[in-house]
Amino acid sequence: MNLAGNSLLSVVTFLPATVAIFMCFLNSEAKQNARWIALWTTLFTFALSLIIWINFDPANPDFQFVEERAWLGPIKYKMGVDGISMLFVVLTAFLMPLCILASWESVEERVKEYMIAFLVLETLMIGVFCALDLVLFYIFFEAGLIPMFIIIGVWGGARRVYASFKFFLYTLLGSVLMLLAMLAMYWYAGTTDIPTLLRTDFPVGMQWWLWLAFFASFAVKMPMWPVHTWLPDAHVEAPTAGSVILAGILLKMGGYGFLRFSLPMFPVASVDFAPLVFLLSVVAIVYTSLVALAQEDVKKLIAYSSVAHMGFVTMGIFTFSQQGVDGAIFQMLSHGIVSAALFLCVGVVYDRMHTREIAAYGGLVNRMPIYAFCFMVFTMANVGLPGTSGFVGEFLTLLSAFKANTWVAFFATTGVILSAAYALYLYRRMIFGVLEKPKLKAIADMTPREIVFMAPLVILTILFGFYPAPVLDVTAKSVNQLVERHTTAVKKARGESATRVVISPAAAPTR
Amino acid sequence: MIYQAIVFLPLLGALIAGFFGRFIGPRPAELITSGFLVIAAVLSWVAFWQVGIGHATDKITLMRWVSSGELDVSWGIRVDTLTAVMLVVVTTVSALVHIYSIGYMHEDPHRPRFFAYLSLFTFAMLMLVTADNLLQMFFGWEGVGLASYLLIGFWYQKPEANAAAIKAFIVNRVGDFGFSLGMFGVFFIFQTISLDAVFAAAPQHAGKTMGFLGYEVDILTTLCLLLFVGAMGKSAQFLLHTWLPDAMEGPTPVSALIHAATMVTAGVFMVARLSPLFEYAPVALQVVTLVGAVTAFFAATVGLVQNDIKRVIAYSTCSQLGYMFAAIGVGAYSAGIFHLFTHAFFKALLFLGAGSVIHAMHHEQDMRHMGGLRSKIPITWAMMLIGTLALTGVGIPFVAGFAGFHSKDVIVEAAYAGHTPFNYAFWLLVIAAFMTSFYSWRLMFMTFYGRTRADHHTYEHARESPYVMLVPLFVLAAGAIFAGFMFKGLFVGDGYKEFWGKAIFEGPGSHIMHAIHEVPAWVAVSPFLAMLAGFGLSYVYYIQAPWLPEATANAFRPLYLFLLNKWYFDELYDRIFVRPAFAIGNFLWKKGDGAVIDGTIDGTANRVLVTANNVAKLQTGYIYHYAFAMLIGLAALITWFMLGTGGVR
Repeated sequence: MNLAGNSLLSVVTFLPATVAIFMCFLNSEAKQNARWIALWTTLFTFALSLIIWINFDPANPDFQFVEERAWLGPIKYKMGVDGISMLFVVLTAFLMPLCILASWESVEERVKEYMIAFLVLETLMIGVFCALDLVLFYIFFEAGLIPMFIIIGVWGGARRVYASFKFFLYTLLGSVLMLLAMLAMYWYAGTTDIPTLLRTDFPVGMQWWLWLAFFASFAVKMPMWPVHTWLPDAHVEAPTAGSVILAGILLKMGGYGFLRFSLPMFPVASVDFAPLVFLLSVVAIVYTSLVALAQEDVKKLIAYSSVAHMGFVTMGIFTFSQQGVDGAIFQMLSHGIVSAALFLCVGVVYDRMHTREIAAYGGLVNRMPIYAFCFMVFTMANVGLPGTSGFVGEFLTLLSAFKANTWVAFFATTGVILSAAYALYLYRRMIFGVLEKPKLKAIADMTPREIVFMAPLVILTILFGFYPAPVLDVTAKSVNQLVERHTTAVKKARGESATRVVISPAAAPTR
Repeated sequence: MIYQAIVFLPLLGALIAGFFGRFIGPRPAELITSGFLVIAAVLSWVAFWQVGIGHATDKITLMRWVSSGELDVSWGIRVDTLTAVMLVVVTTVSALVHIYSIGYMHEDPHRPRFFAYLSLFTFAMLMLVTADNLLQMFFGWEGVGLASYLLIGFWYQKPEANAAAIKAFIVNRVGDFGFSLGMFGVFFIFQTISLDAVFAAAPQHAGKTMGFLGYEVDILTTLCLLLFVGAMGKSAQFLLHTWLPDAMEGPTPVSALIHAATMVTAGVFMVARLSPLFEYAPVALQVVTLVGAVTAFFAATVGLVQNDIKRVIAYSTCSQLGYMFAAIGVGAYSAGIFHLFTHAFFKALLFLGAGSVIHAMHHEQDMRHMGGLRSKIPITWAMMLIGTLALTGVGIPFVAGFAGFHSKDVIVEAAYAGHTPFNYAFWLLVIAAFMTSFYSWRLMFMTFYGRTRADHHTYEHARESPYVMLVPLFVLAAGAIFAGFMFKGLFVGDGYKEFWGKAIFEGPGSHIMHAIHEVPAWVAVSPFLAMLAGFGLSYVYYIQAPWLPEATANAFRPLYLFLLNKWYFDELYDRIFVRPAFAIGNFLWKKGDGAVIDGTIDGTANRVLVTANNVAKLQTGYIYHYAFAMLIGLAALITWFMLGTGGVR
C-alpha cells in the first residue's frame, strides 16, 4: 500500500517542531501552559503515529507512506518507513508524552525552553527513522544531538559540562567519518536516495572503508564497547526525561543505522567484519554486566546494563538471519520500553530524595508497594524473564548466535546469569529490607500522575512478553527481504571474486 | 475445557489476590485462591483418570507466541500420562498448602500477597508441565523460579531471606544457562523446538556430531547434557544444590510446596519428558545417574548433622531427588516418576508437619531447643511419624509398606539392574538409604522424644495447630501411607507401558523395567536392612545414649565440621565466584573504563579544551555548542559543494 501524495509521515515528524516554534512566543511565566501544550502535542503526535501503524501493510516489505519532494537539486526530501523503521517512530512518539509527564514537577526552571527542546528533539528523532535520503538522514541524525546536549547541559546535574563534552567528543569523530563516507557514496552512485543505494553494488574494497566509517558513528551511538563510557556519565547528569530519551531512542539509532546502511549496502564488508562485531558484543555483554555489579549509583548501573543489552542487539544483527535481526529489533523496542521505565523509576525516587546513591535507599517496599511492584516488573524484564518483553529479543538473538558461532552464544548466554545478579542485587538494596534510614521514613508512594505514566509501560512489558506478534508481524517481511538480499549479495560478490583470499575464515556463514 | 481450567484458575486466583487483595481483604483472597486450587485439584484427578486409565491424550493450542522465520512457537497445553501425573501432584499439594497456609500465616499482614504468589507459582508450574515445546517449558521453568524467588524473600525485612532469594534465583540461572544453550542447540539441529517434531527427528541424529566450542561432539549427548544442567539447577543436584537449603528462609508452606513436592522435581520431569532424546544419548544418561547417585549420597551425609529441622528435610529432599535422577539415568523413567509422585506426598507432609512444630514452638526451628513434644502436639507427632515411615521406606519386604517403601526400593533395584561400574549407583543409594533412616529418626527423636530442651515458657505454651492446618496433614498422610501401595501397579507394574503410553520413551534395547524383577533377593532386601540399621543406630544415639552424638562429633571433629559446613561449598563458591565477580567488576570499572578508556578520552579532551578555550574565550562558555555548530556548518558547506559540482558518474 503506497500512499503516494500522503504526507502523514511529514506531519508526524514536523508537528512537534512546529508547535515548538509557536511556543517560543509564549510567556515564560506560563509554566503550566507550556506543560499542557507539550503534553497535548506529544499525545496528538502519538495518536498520529498509531494511524501509521494501523495503516501499515505488514505484507509489504518495501517502504510505505513514501513521500518525495524536490529539495536541494539532486538531494530530495524523501520520507518513508518499512517494517524495520516503522515501530521506532511509534516508540518515539509513545515515550514523549511520558517524558513530559515525568518532567511535570521535577522541572521548574525554564519550563518553556525545556518543553521546546523536547519537542524539537522529537521531530529530529522521528525524522531519523523516516528519512530516505542520505543528507536528510545525516541532518536529523546529527542535529538530534543538539537538543540532547542542551537538555543535559542546562537541566543536568553537577558534572553536566563534562558529560556533554565527552558525549560530543565521542560523536565528533564518528560523524565526520560518516559524512565522508556519505560523500564517497554520492560520488560513486550519483544519488543520495536511500532506496536506490540499497540496490547499488559497491565494490568490495570500497565497502570496507564505507563500512568502517559508518561503524565509527554507529558504534558510538549504540554504544559498543569500548566506546561506551560516555553513556554512564551522560545518563548520570541528564534529567530523568533526558535519560529516558537517551536510553529509549537515541541508543537505537546505532542499531537502526546498522540495519539501514551497513548490512544492506555493504553486505560483504558486514560479513567480513562480523567476527569483530561479535567480539565487541560479547565483551560488552560480559564486561559491562560485571561493571554493573560494582556500581553504587542507580543510574550508572542501569546505563551499564543498557550497554550489555545493546550487545545482544549488535550480536543479533550480525548473524544475518531472520531470528537474529527480528530479535535485535525486538530487543531494541523492548529495551526502549524497559530501560525508559527503569529510568523513570529512578526518577520517581530521585524527585523525592535527590540522590542516586543506591546506599541511600533500602526498604522502600514498606512505604511504596505500588512502586515496588512496577520496579519488580521492569527488573524482571531487564533480567530477561520469559513472559516479559525483555525475554523475546534476548532469546531470538541468542538462538541465532548459536547458529553463527557457538562460542559467541556461550559467552553471551552468561549474560543471563550476570544480569540476574546485578539487577536483583540492585532491587534488594533499594527495595527490600527494613526501612531504617530516617530520611526515608516519610517517603510517599507513587502519585496518580506517576501511575499514569508507569502503567502503560508495565502493560506493554507484559503484553509483548506473552504476545509479541504485533511487533514480530510488522518486522517479519522487511527483515526477510533484508536477509535474503544480503545473502544473495554476498553470494554474488563471493562468486565474482572467488579467488580472493578470505581475510577472516570465521566470517564465512555457516549453514 | 478442563485443562484450561486447571491451568488458568490458579492464574486467575493470583491476579485477584494480588491486585485486589488490599481491597477485598485477606480472608476473601485466601478463600478465592484456595477454592480455585481445590477445583483445579479435583479436575486434575479427573484428568488423571481420563488420561492414565482412559488414554485420552490431548493437545490444545491457545495462542501464538514467538514466530520468526522457521521458528514458530505457540502457547499450548499438552496432556499425556506424564503431564497428568504432574497435574495431580502439583494441584493436590498446592491446594493443601493453600488451605494449610490459611492457618499458618494467619498473623501475617501480607496474606493476600502470599496467596497470590502461591497461586502464581502453581500457574507457572502448570505451564511447565503442560508445555508442548521447549520454550513454554522454559517459561514455566523461569516462572517457577520467579515465584520461588518472591516466596523465599516473602519476609523481605529479613536480610537472610533476601540473600537466600537472590541466591536461589542466580544459581537457578546457572542451570538455565545450560537449558538455554541446549534449547538453542536443539533449534540449530532440528529447526524447531516443538517436542513432537524434535522427538520424531531424534533417531536420525543419533551418533552424529556437530561443532561446539571448537570441538566435534556427539549431537544428542551434548544437547542432553546442556539441558540436564538446567535440570541440575532446578532440582538442586550436586554442585548446583547450594540454593535449596538456604531457601528454607521462606515460610514453611512454601518449602513444602515448592522446595519439596513440585518445583524441585521439575528437573526430573524434564528429563523424563525428553526421554526420546536422552534414550539416544547413553553417555548423557550415565552422567544423569552419576550426578543423581552422588547427590543422593552427598545430601544425606550433610543431613546427618544439621540442627535446623527444616534444613534436615531440605537435604533429605535433595537426596531423594538424587534417587529419582539415578533411576532415570539407568532408563527406569517410570520408577523415577513414581518416586516423584510418592515423595510429593510424604515430603510435603514432613514439611507441613515441621511447620506445625514450628508454629507450636513460636518460630523456633533449632532441634536442639526442642524435645519431648510428643505429649504436647500428639497429632502433629503422629503425622510426622507417618511421614518418617514413608520416607525411610518402612514395609514388609516383598509384601507391602508405606509409600517410600515401594518407590524407593524400585529405584534401588533399578540401580542394581542398571549395571553401573562397580555397581556404584546401587551402593551409594543403599548407603544413602541407611543415612536417610538415621537422620529421619534423629529428627523425630530430637523433636518429639526425651526431656525437652526448650525454654519453659515456650514449651508450656506449645499448642496443637488448628484443624485448618491439620486436615491437609491428614490428606497427605493418607497419600504417604497408600500412594505406593495403590499406584505401584499402574506406575511400575506389569502394565506400566500401557499406563504411560507414549509419554515415556524407552529405547529399543532397554529392558531395565524387566530386569528389576530379576535382581537377587539380597538386593531387594538391602534398602530394608539399611533402613533398619539406620533406625537402630539413631535409637542408640538419641534415645539410649544421648551423650554419644557429642562424643562422636568430638572424636571425628574435622569430619563433623566438614559435614556441618555442608562440605564447604558455600565458602568455596563465595571465594571462586561471588567475590571475584565483584572484584573483577570493580577492576574493570575503575581501571578499564576509568583509567584506560576515559584516561585516553580525557587526555584528548584536555588537549582540545586547552586549544579550544583560547579560541572560545571570546565567544561563549559552551564550547561544545560552538563546536557542534561548526560541524553542522561543515555539513552544510559540503552539501552546497556537492550541489555545485553535481554527481560525477
